Amino acid sequence: MSSFKTTKDLKIDLAGVSKRFGKKVVLNNLSLSVPKGKSLVVIGGSGSGKSVMLKCILGLIKPEKGCIKVDGRDVMKASPKEREGILTKFGMLFQNAALFDSLPVWENVAFGLIHGRHMKRKDAKEIAIEKLGQVGLTPEVGALYPAELSGGMQKRVGLARAIATEPEIIFFDEPTTGLDPIMADVINDLIVSSVKDLGATALSITHDMASARKIADYIAMIYKGEIIWVGSRDEIDNSGNEYVDQFINGRADGPIQMDVLKP
Amino acid sequence: MNPLAIIGRVVLTTFGETGRLSVFTYKGLSHTVRPPFYWRLIAQQIMRIGYFSLPVVALTAFFTGGVLALQIFYGSDQFNSESIVATIVALGITRELGPVLGGLMVAGRVSAAIAAELGTMRVTEQIDALTTLATNPFKYLVVPRVVAAVITLPVLVFIGDVIGILGGFVVGTQTLDFNAGVYVKTTVDFLELDDITSGLIKSAVFGLIIAIMGCYQGFHSKGGAQGVGRATTNAVVTSSILILASNYVMTSLFFSS
Repeated sequence: MSSFKTTKDLKIDLAGVSKRFGKKVVLNNLSLSVPKGKSLVVIGGSGSGKSVMLKCILGLIKPEKGCIKVDGRDVMKASPKEREGILTKFGMLFQNAALFDSLPVWENVAFGLIHGRHMKRKDAKEIAIEKLGQVGLTPEVGALYPAELSGGMQKRVGLARAIATEPEIIFFDEPTTGLDPIMADVINDLIVSSVKDLGATALSITHDMASARKIADYIAMIYKGEIIWVGSRDEIDNSGNEYVDQFINGRADGPIQMDVLKP
Repeated sequence: MNPLAIIGRVVLTTFGETGRLSVFTYKGLSHTVRPPFYWRLIAQQIMRIGYFSLPVVALTAFFTGGVLALQIFYGSDQFNSESIVATIVALGITRELGPVLGGLMVAGRVSAAIAAELGTMRVTEQIDALTTLATNPFKYLVVPRVVAAVITLPVLVFIGDVIGILGGFVVGTQTLDFNAGVYVKTTVDFLELDDITSGLIKSAVFGLIIAIMGCYQGFHSKGGAQGVGRATTNAVVTSSILILASNYVMTSLFFSS
């Protein structure tokens, strides 16, 4: 287990968080901190507990033990009303965008403004069109439905939705998965510029190293539900951790063994 | 496999599921009286659940009324059948067949649709996305469907009652050569307000069952397309069984005295 505290000004702080599903331990006494205004990327293989960690912070999954603080407030002890208030600080880009397919694109983007901030639909629509412009989409796209968009466009709309309420914290769940390398780089650039413009704190999870190198200030590696290494982006190639070396170089041989049946 | 282990697992699963459903129903109902209220979504669901179910309920009621008239006529003393047919059609439709068959038809149509829609939203993380956008999924998804179903089912069943009695009237006067005036007079004379209101109260309860079961199964679906399919089937089966069971309980309560 490893944690880092480069500043006392922490936006998110997880301490000793554990979660299991049945007999499978998904998070094992996990501790991790994200400094205010910084971008932390958590890398790790499939099934290592990355998504569960994000969902625990958002309150979508309740951990068995541990402490999760956002701006110093323990979210696990917050009342439902307080939790709703805390959630207004967040924006999230989901792995498959998770756009509401019954709503047009502009209403997807404006959703947090209309329902979370109780803004008038007309005003929210104007902001939504502006945010679509920021992610390189024309106003005409706003009238389309998510099913009419390509995967890359859906990710952009998801990003526009995540930043529409100008949140203090943005989560990116596998932001480049399923995209071609060029579109993946476009999304990475948009993430970097959006986070920088908002001055937001970002927590991303990915197994795409190109993406991690581009959007991270700090990188942490999760393995079997534990954070096994944390450092700055520039330190990743000389981490001195054989798990990290194997992962970033994409080698089959090493301490990380995949559960595959061999003939 | 050990039979005791099987029995134990079934008992635990049943109690666990009943507990989860009870908590879900309580949460769904408690949010109906707490703001914010999504009026636009409630209106949208009233259209989907009520208006678009009207043809199905109307056709079911019409043919049920007609068949009922024929069966009573063939199964009774045909010499005195005119008043018997009109009375039994009116009572049968308003007290039992209108609400129960209407409820079952809407369960097949609406409960399945709700479970499929919410199940897809669950497996594609759209419900999680609602939470991250500071929107309570219960208020946004469950409450509009529950409110709409509880409001529209009695309206649908009332229309179904009228059309069902009309079905009996059409068959009675056109096929069985009953006198139209006598048929109408007998229906009006024998039908009481309690017969109609008991059916409408039942249908409101059926509306609650249909919406809650659709939402519950959809909310708890997992495992991709297969999971959504399973949720849809479960929604229809469980809501149909609960409609029939609760109908027996309500009939016992309403008519025992």
